[in-house]
Amino acid sequence: MDAIYWPSFFFLLFSFIACAFALGVLLAKNIVRMAFYLVLSLSSTAGLFFLAGADFVGAMQLMIYVGGTLVLLIFGVMLTSQERFIEMRTSSGEWVVAFFIGLMLFFTLGKAAFGVAAWSGLDRETAEAVQVEQTVTPLAMGLLGARVDKLDEPDAAKQEGMAGYLFQFEIVSVHLLVVLVGAAYLARAKRKASGASAGGS
Amino acid sequence: MNPIIANLLTEPVGVSHYVVVGAFMFTCGVLCMATKRNALGILMGIEMVLNGANLNFIAFGSRYLRNDANSLGLDGQLISLFVIVLAAAEAAVALAIVLNFYNNTGSIDVDGADQLRG
Amino acid sequence: MAGLINDFLNWLPLGWPVAHDSWLGLLIAGVVHIALILQLVAVSALVFIWLERKISGRIQDRLGPTRVGGKFGWLQTLADGLKLLTKEDLTPDGADKMLFKIAPYVSFCASIAAFIAIPFAGGVYPWIAQHLNTGVFFVLAVMGLEVFGVILAGYSSASKWSLFGAMREAAQVVSYEVPLGMCVVVPVLIAGSLDMVVIGDRQAGLFTNWLVFHDPFTFVTACVYFTCAMASVNRAPFDLAEAESELVAGFHTEYSGLRWSFFFMAEYGSMFAVSILAAILFFGGWHGPVPITSMLGLSGEVGSIGWGLAQAIGLANVLLKGTIGVCVMIWVRWTLPRMRIDQVMTTCLKYCTPIAAAMFLGATLWQYKLPGKNFFGILDLPEAAYEVSEGWQREDASDVGGEDRIADVGANRTHGNNTKGWR
Repeated sequence: MDAIYWPSFFFLLFSFIACAFALGVLLAKNIVRMAFYLVLSLSSTAGLFFLAGADFVGAMQLMIYVGGTLVLLIFGVMLTSQERFIEMRTSSGEWVVAFFIGLMLFFTLGKAAFGVAAWSGLDRETAEAVQVEQTVTPLAMGLLGARVDKLDEPDAAKQEGMAGYLFQFEIVSVHLLVVLVGAAYLARAKRKASGASAGGS
Repeated sequence: MNPIIANLLTEPVGVSHYVVVGAFMFTCGVLCMATKRNALGILMGIEMVLNGANLNFIAFGSRYLRNDANSLGLDGQLISLFVIVLAAAEAAVALAIVLNFYNNTGSIDVDGADQLRG
Repeated sequence: MAGLINDFLNWLPLGWPVAHDSWLGLLIAGVVHIALILQLVAVSALVFIWLERKISGRIQDRLGPTRVGGKFGWLQTLADGLKLLTKEDLTPDGADKMLFKIAPYVSFCASIAAFIAIPFAGGVYPWIAQHLNTGVFFVLAVMGLEVFGVILAGYSSASKWSLFGAMREAAQVVSYEVPLGMCVVVPVLIAGSLDMVVIGDRQAGLFTNWLVFHDPFTFVTACVYFTCAMASVNRAPFDLAEAESELVAGFHTEYSGLRWSFFFMAEYGSMFAVSILAAILFFGGWHGPVPITSMLGLSGEVGSIGWGLAQAIGLANVLLKGTIGVCVMIWVRWTLPRMRIDQVMTTCLKYCTPIAAAMFLGATLWQYKLPGKNFFGILDLPEAAYEVSEGWQREDASDVGGEDRIADVGANRTHGNNTKGWR
C-alpha cells in the first residue's frame, strides 16, 4: 500500500462536499436552505480551484459568486417572500422524470469524461515535480493583451492565437456597465396605479 | 474494480475526475432549473450549471492534472474569470426581472408568467 | 515546517521511526497553526471587549468595570463569558432550526478564516499560516462571507426585527465591498503585488516609506478604507444591522448564550482583521516607524536568535497597530451617533465609491509621473523597496520567458519600479 497522496485526499473531500450540497440544493424545499447549500457547494468548488492551482480564480469565486451573487439572491428571497418560509412543491411524477433524465445526462457526461486517455491524470513523480507557478500577473497581463505565460511557444500557428483577451475584457466591462444601468432601471421603485403621470419616468 | 477508482487515494487525480464533479454539478443545476417553480430557485440552478462549466475550464487548464502541450493553460482560468463575472451580471439582471415580476403578479412562481399565452 | 517536526519526532525516543515526509508532521503543523489563530481571535476578543468597556466608560465620564480581577476589572469579560456559558440556549418555536443553529458558526468561521492568509511578520520566512500570493484578495473574499451568518441568523429567527436587521446588513455589506475593494487596490498597485508579505516588506525602514504617506491619494485612500472597513464589519455609526434603538437587537434578537457570543467573537475578530489589514496595507505592517531591528543588527539568518527577536518585534508591531485600529473604532463608536439606513447607503454610493475611484485614478497617475518617489514625492524610493517588489517578477520571467525578454524587462526596470514591468 502506497502512502496517501494528499492532494487526492483533499480533492475527494472537497468534491464530496461540493456534490453532496449540490444534491442538497436540488432536493431542498426551502429556498433559503437552498441558498445556504449553494454557498457551501460553491465554497468547496473554490477549494477545488485552489487544488488545481487556480488560486486567483478560487478567491474570485469566493468573492463574487459567494460573497456577491448569493447575497443578492438571498436579498431577493427576502424582498419577495410572502409567507414566513417559502416551501416549494414538486410533484412526484416530475421527480421521477427528472431522476431518469438526470441519470442519463450524468452517465453520458461521466462516460465522456473517462473516455479520453490523456485526461486520466499524471503519475505521482510527475505530479510532484510540477512547478508551482504564480497566476496573478500572467492573468492580468493576459487580460491586457499580453500572454507572458506563452512567450516560448514554438508552434507558429499557436503564436497567432495567443493575442490575449483585451477585446473580450473591454466587451465584458461595457456589458457590466449596461447591466448595471439596466438592472437599476428595471428594479427602480414604481408607484402603483397613481395615474398616468407616474407611469413612465 | 475500475483501476482509476481503486487507486484514487494514492495516485494524483486527473482531468477526468474534475470533469465528473463538474458533470455532477451541471446535472444537479439542470434538474434544479427544471423542477423548481420558484424564479430564484431556477436562478440558483443556473449558477450551478455555470459553476460546473467553470470547473471543467479550470481542470483543462491546470498543470497539476495534465501537463502536456495540449493543456489549456492560462486560457482556462481566463475564461472562467469571464464566466464568473458574467454570472454575477446575469444574477443582477435576473434579480431585477424577478422583482419586476413580483411587483406585477405578487408572486415569483414562474407558472404565473403566462400573460403572453395566446 | 512539517519536515522539521517529523525529524524532531524521529529524534524523540518514541519506539517507531518517523519518515521525513510523514503526514504526522503536516498534521501537527496544521493543528498548531489553527490553535494559534483560534487563540488569537478568542483572546483578542476578550481583550477588546474589556477595552471597549473601559474606553466607553472613560468617554462617558464613567469608570467602566473596576471589580472583577483587580483594579482595572480586566477579568470582566471572562466573567461575562462564564455567565453566557451557563445561559439557556433558546431556539424560537417558529424558527428554521437548522439554519438558526448553524448561523453563528458561519460568521465565526469566516472571521477566523481571514487570519489564515494574514502575515504577522515578514522577511524571507514570514510568520503566516498559509502564504498565498493572492493574500489580500483572499482575505477580502473570506471576510465577505461573514455577512452570510448574519443574513441566515436574521432570516431563520422568524422575527421581524431580525429580518429587518438582516436585510440592512445584506444591502450594506454588498454596497460597501465596492469602495473597500477599490481602496485595497491602491496599495496593491503601488507595491505591485497582491502578496501581503511583499506589500509589508515594501514599507521597510523609516515611517516615510509607509504607503499611507506615499502620496496624497494614498493618504485619502487610507481614510476611506478605514471608513468602509468599519461599515463592512458593522461597527457604529454603521451598525444598522443591530441598531438597538430601533430593532431591539437586530439580527441577534433571538439569540442567547454561547451562540450569541459567537457572533460577538466574529465581530471582534473581523474588526481586528480589517485593522491588521489596514496596518499591513498602509501603515508599514510589521515595520515600526523607526527600523529598530536593523539598527540593533537583529537580522541574522532564518532560525537564529536575532532573527527570532526581529520577527517577534514585527509581530508585536502588527498586533499593536491592529489594536490601535480597533481602539479608533471603539472611539468612533462611542462618540458618533448612529446613521439612518439611507444615510449609510448615501455615504457608500455617493461619497465613498466616487472618492475611492478618484483616488485610484490619482494614485495611478502619480505612480506614472513619479515612479521612483516616496513620501508625497519628496524622497527617493529606497533601494530595498526595489529588491522586494521585483523579486518574484525576475523569477517569473526566467520561468516563462526567454533570455532576451528578461533583458528587455530589465532595461525597462532600471528607471522605474516594477509596476512598469512588462511595457
